Amino acid sequence: MTATRSAPPETRGLVEQSRRLPRLAPLGLFGLGALAGVAVSALTGFSVVLAVVYAVVLGTLAVYVASRSVEGTRKALDRLVTCVVTTAFAVAMVPLVSLVWTVLSRGLRRLDGEFFTSSMLGVVGEGGGAYHAILGTLIITGLTAVISVPIGLLTAIYVVEYGTGRLKKAITFLVDVMTGIPSIVAGLFAFALFAIFFGPGVRLGIMGAIALSVLMIPVVVRSSEEVLKLVPNELREAAYALGVPKWRTIIKVVIPTAIAGLATGVTLAVARVIGETAPLLITVGIINGTNLDPFDGRMATLPVFAYYQLTQPGFPPEFAIDRAWTAALILIILVMALNVVARLISRFFAPKTGR
Amino acid sequence: MTLTTAPPEAPRPKRRVGDRIFAGSATGAGILILLVLAGVAVFLISEAWPAVTAPAGDIPGGDGLSAYIAPLIFGTLLAAVIALVVATPLAVAIALYITYYAPRRLAAAMGYVIDLLAAIPSVVYGFWGIAALAPALVPFYVWAEDNLGFIPLFAGPASPTGRTMFTAGLMLAVMILPIISAISREVFSQAPALHREAALALGATRWEMIKMAVLPYGKSGVIGGAMLGLGRALGETLAIAIVLSASGGITFNLISTSNPSTIAANIALQFPESTGLDVNTLIASGLALFVITLAVNMLARWVVNRRADFSGAN
Amino acid sequence: MKLSTTTRAAVLTAALAGSLSLAACGASNESGGTGSAGTSSAEQLSGDLVGAGSSAQQAAMQAWQAGFNSQQPGVNFSYDPVGSGGGREQFLAGAVDFAGSDAALSDEELTKAADRCGASGVFELPNYISAIAVVYNLDGVNDLNLTPATVAGIFNGSITTWNDPKITADNPGATLPSTTITPVHRGDKSGTTKNFTDYLAKAAGDVWTAGAVEEWPTAGGEAANGTSGVIASVGGGQGTIGYADESQAGDLGIANIGVGDTFVAPSPEAAAAVVANSDRVEGRDDYDFAISVNRTTTSADEYPIVLVSYHIGCVEYDDQAKADAVKAFQAYVISEDGQKAAADAAGSSPISADLRNQAQTAVDAITAAA
Repeated sequence: MTATRSAPPETRGLVEQSRRLPRLAPLGLFGLGALAGVAVSALTGFSVVLAVVYAVVLGTLAVYVASRSVEGTRKALDRLVTCVVTTAFAVAMVPLVSLVWTVLSRGLRRLDGEFFTSSMLGVVGEGGGAYHAILGTLIITGLTAVISVPIGLLTAIYVVEYGTGRLKKAITFLVDVMTGIPSIVAGLFAFALFAIFFGPGVRLGIMGAIALSVLMIPVVVRSSEEVLKLVPNELREAAYALGVPKWRTIIKVVIPTAIAGLATGVTLAVARVIGETAPLLITVGIINGTNLDPFDGRMATLPVFAYYQLTQPGFPPEFAIDRAWTAALILIILVMALNVVARLISRFFAPKTGR
Repeated sequence: MTLTTAPPEAPRPKRRVGDRIFAGSATGAGILILLVLAGVAVFLISEAWPAVTAPAGDIPGGDGLSAYIAPLIFGTLLAAVIALVVATPLAVAIALYITYYAPRRLAAAMGYVIDLLAAIPSVVYGFWGIAALAPALVPFYVWAEDNLGFIPLFAGPASPTGRTMFTAGLMLAVMILPIISAISREVFSQAPALHREAALALGATRWEMIKMAVLPYGKSGVIGGAMLGLGRALGETLAIAIVLSASGGITFNLISTSNPSTIAANIALQFPESTGLDVNTLIASGLALFVITLAVNMLARWVVNRRADFSGAN
Repeated sequence: MKLSTTTRAAVLTAALAGSLSLAACGASNESGGTGSAGTSSAEQLSGDLVGAGSSAQQAAMQAWQAGFNSQQPGVNFSYDPVGSGGGREQFLAGAVDFAGSDAALSDEELTKAADRCGASGVFELPNYISAIAVVYNLDGVNDLNLTPATVAGIFNGSITTWNDPKITADNPGATLPSTTITPVHRGDKSGTTKNFTDYLAKAAGDVWTAGAVEEWPTAGGEAANGTSGVIASVGGGQGTIGYADESQAGDLGIANIGVGDTFVAPSPEAAAAVVANSDRVEGRDDYDFAISVNRTTTSADEYPIVLVSYHIGCVEYDDQAKADAVKAFQAYVISEDGQKAAADAAGSSPISADLRNQAQTAVDAITAAA
């Protein structure tokens, strides 16, 4: 700026209004406030929780007041929101970290080779593993995804791209209804369906997959629908203008644009069903040995395995409880792996965005 | 926001074979859902019917079906409402933090961590709830009974184990937090860059930009995510069954040992040892849950549709 | 972004290969039935043997499966702990070969059983006996005596503090705090609750008026899911008291229960003794050993709060292989080895010699229809 002192006051006001706190000042102010908070809590009888609460509140206040006096109300509000949002994030992380810590600390005890290579056949007390349950979960969840993803995705495409009039309304409505099916009812439904054809004692892996599909399809539809709707209409219109038929527009333009969101949605949906216990208790049951054929007899699955190991631990209970936590840990690891796959898919298949 | 003029349509005159197949299979999938749902509905109603028509004395508890189900409905709604009230603001804050506040490099990893948490099986949440969360809340309950006892919610007597409705609600909140925040994040990050940059170019602060360009755009997505979360909260079975001490009727007292059970948890707890009419009664309560979730979802739809102008494909 | 088809294929292949490699190696402890070939000289059987029912028996069943499979590696045994009610229902519908149940068949179910099993009827063997301990968590109190009326008073909510006169009367000389009592009961329907409330109704009927029920009948107190849930709740609180299988009690205090003029601690021997000296339910078939446990025993050697869980099956099966498998399995379960295996794995009480001889008659009678 080469402005002289004779420059009109408006311009000057506009330029010089951006008086700012130095870059690290908010952090320092927050720290000071936090220290004061800890001091206050120490005076009133120290407790970790209270100390943290006081520290955060006073820290935020310090930043807000300082910013307000230096930068004005708008900036101050912005800083306040930043503090609040960050705090909210930190607050949310507390239970999540505690949960992960609990599962890790208890699950690592039995995370050994035997757990992956051995089933529970003939195992009493110590030892044994979840080989049968891991494979059972993979097979049943895989089948569920094979059933649910095409149906769910196609339905979402129908609702967003093709659907008109009453059928679209009906399907949207019914998908909403479906999200409300309690998991145990889905299990009962699948059981009743198969009992009609195979008698009341039937227990098959595929029954579990169908019960889980009833739960998974609406989740896939809802999330895919939400994501497909976000694809800008300009893209579709541009494709039509170039004479591309609608179905190719959907496959080549709409889906690739939305693929990251779709993958997240599907992963979330798989995650939703992979730990589902109640319907599998009814439809798939549990066995101690390995059964890899989802069309023949009972199968073991990780959640059911964990549930029974925890609730019916036998005597002494420690061994079974350790197995249960490890099974839970493996479930989480499985989903983590799935997540990686979903991320890879979205990275490889998504078109580059403009920015 | 008036970026659309007329709904886009495929070239009318010649419908290609590919189009017909694709449209057909998409419609087919929709109709299949219709059939499955009809199957579930027929099953639920036919199995619940004996309990509806049975004399009141035969229903567990001896006072008829509505007296049996009413506390369960109350408990289900109470737990879900606590969860939603706690989780939604936190989830939106998390989503905003990850999309617009966190350092770019950390953001992806944080999103990943949150996604993972949606995957933890409910049994694990249940055991975490009873092993870690409930004991940690006991001091708070004791304090609340002493200092906030005049509020009916905290009338006490405080539970010595912490397995209360409040604990259950908080645990549900933790469970649905990743679901709501994952979807909110997705939607927030899709907010049109042009709008965002325009806002910033006009001198808006980051919060003003979010308020003007991101939140209105993401609102329907947030509500959709909240509804998915609510669906999970309403239907959550084993975690509640493990954590909640369900031994009382309708009460707003959140911190005592006597709490109403929830429908899904009650089914899970009573089903294995039930026979005959008891099973029908449980399924009738399942039907009630079904109807409640339906009503909630319809409400959500209505809210979302009022803001439908903001979705790209409309 | 354009990506070659090969890269896409590689991603998929890698994912597939990962899961297949896991599948290919097989479970190390399963070697096709020959690895752990039986040492017994008994005739080797084959076929399926499927049971379902009581989840209380799950841990014992695991041990019985291990022992039975080492004798009869050719029999493909499985047990689904769906719950007693489900087990009985599946058995009566012909879906499973035998049921494990915490309660004997009701009269109504017996008529259905006639369709399932024909004229020779069913066998019901009390093969799994477990003492139910009254467990508590109260700092500074290591020894606690409770009469039946006091237990009933605590659990129906009429006794609310630990220094209540009724409790101090049972424990002369002990110093009890004024802590509030939090009774913990099962929140799920269970045979344990049924047996516990049956005990309260019979031993302290004037205090406990809610009868013998599977689902906890009164409001108030704390509810927990399953035996492990009760143990966790009692252990997690202060001044808590609950009921659970004795083997699961761990570090918790175990109350001595008033029997006659003395107080008896739960033990496997005392539990087996009370079952051995109880009367059979009258009007049942020859091999239907449904028992009405003597809850009001006055013998100091007996502990009256026990859970009795049955194995229910047909005396006559249509299929020879099925009959042989059931017979061999039940013979193993009631044998000393079998009962010891269950006691080690589940903490149950081995059945007495009298009960074994009685059960043996039923096992010997199992046949296939001519």
